Amino acid sequence: MRQHNGTTRRDLLIGAGTIAGGIGLAGLVAVRPSEATPATMQEAIRKVVGEATVNKGKVKLDIPPLTENGNTVACGVSVDSPMTADSYVKAIHVFNEKNPQPNVISIQLGPRAGRAAITTRIRLADTQSVTAIAELSDGTFWSDSVEVIITLGACLEDPV
Amino acid sequence: MARALINVPAKAKRGEVIAIKTLISHIMETGFRHSTTGQAIPRDIITTLVATYNGAEIFRAELSPAIAANPFLTFYTVATESGTIAFRWTGDNGYDVSEQATITVE
Repeated sequence: MRQHNGTTRRDLLIGAGTIAGGIGLAGLVAVRPSEATPATMQEAIRKVVGEATVNKGKVKLDIPPLTENGNTVACGVSVDSPMTADSYVKAIHVFNEKNPQPNVISIQLGPRAGRAAITTRIRLADTQSVTAIAELSDGTFWSDSVEVIITLGACLEDPV
Repeated sequence: MARALINVPAKAKRGEVIAIKTLISHIMETGFRHSTTGQAIPRDIITTLVATYNGAEIFRAELSPAIAANPFLTFYTVATESGTIAFRWTGDNGYDVSEQATITVE
């Protein structure tokens, strides 16, 4: 059936569908909480390290590369350090790229720790890269990054 | 109620590096989730854990919503003398739980 102004029923339906879809998509984007991006992670790292350069090495970030459930991901950080009164790890920080916030954990240690190693369980919202940074007593910063694949994300899903 | 489990060896040799494991039951609500009626669920997390060995601080952790529910943390310390290792978790809504373990150093 052709209407007076020349548009068909099919054209109208396609048009209506496109508009409805567009609104739905916009709604989805608006509802989604803000995410940390690689840029906000860099900003959070800058806040901790200041102007100092961050070197690769010494730190070992131990996270399984493939995890099914992002609600609990085992996360271990160990730092190669003699942990004596002259040379020890002052702090360990962990950051992520795509959770709503870039910070994961900050730990302060001292020479009394004996061994600079910690483990905990963290949440990861998405497949992303996680970075651990260690601050040594001589003022240098060392880091390690791991790419983690998450099948089911945490943080953003609603409770049942 | 809050329930904390801590694992500290009962005996250690002087100067030995000992492992300490802590686990505490807590929901660690992120503050980014919504209830079924669409209301934001307010944040409720543990923000700090401080461990002291005979009064001297040996370990401090600042936690964020990215820590999984029932925070589990392990770390190390040098067994210097007999005494107590005390743990204190503090967090949102006035959360404050203390626990301690005794250690004998030979």
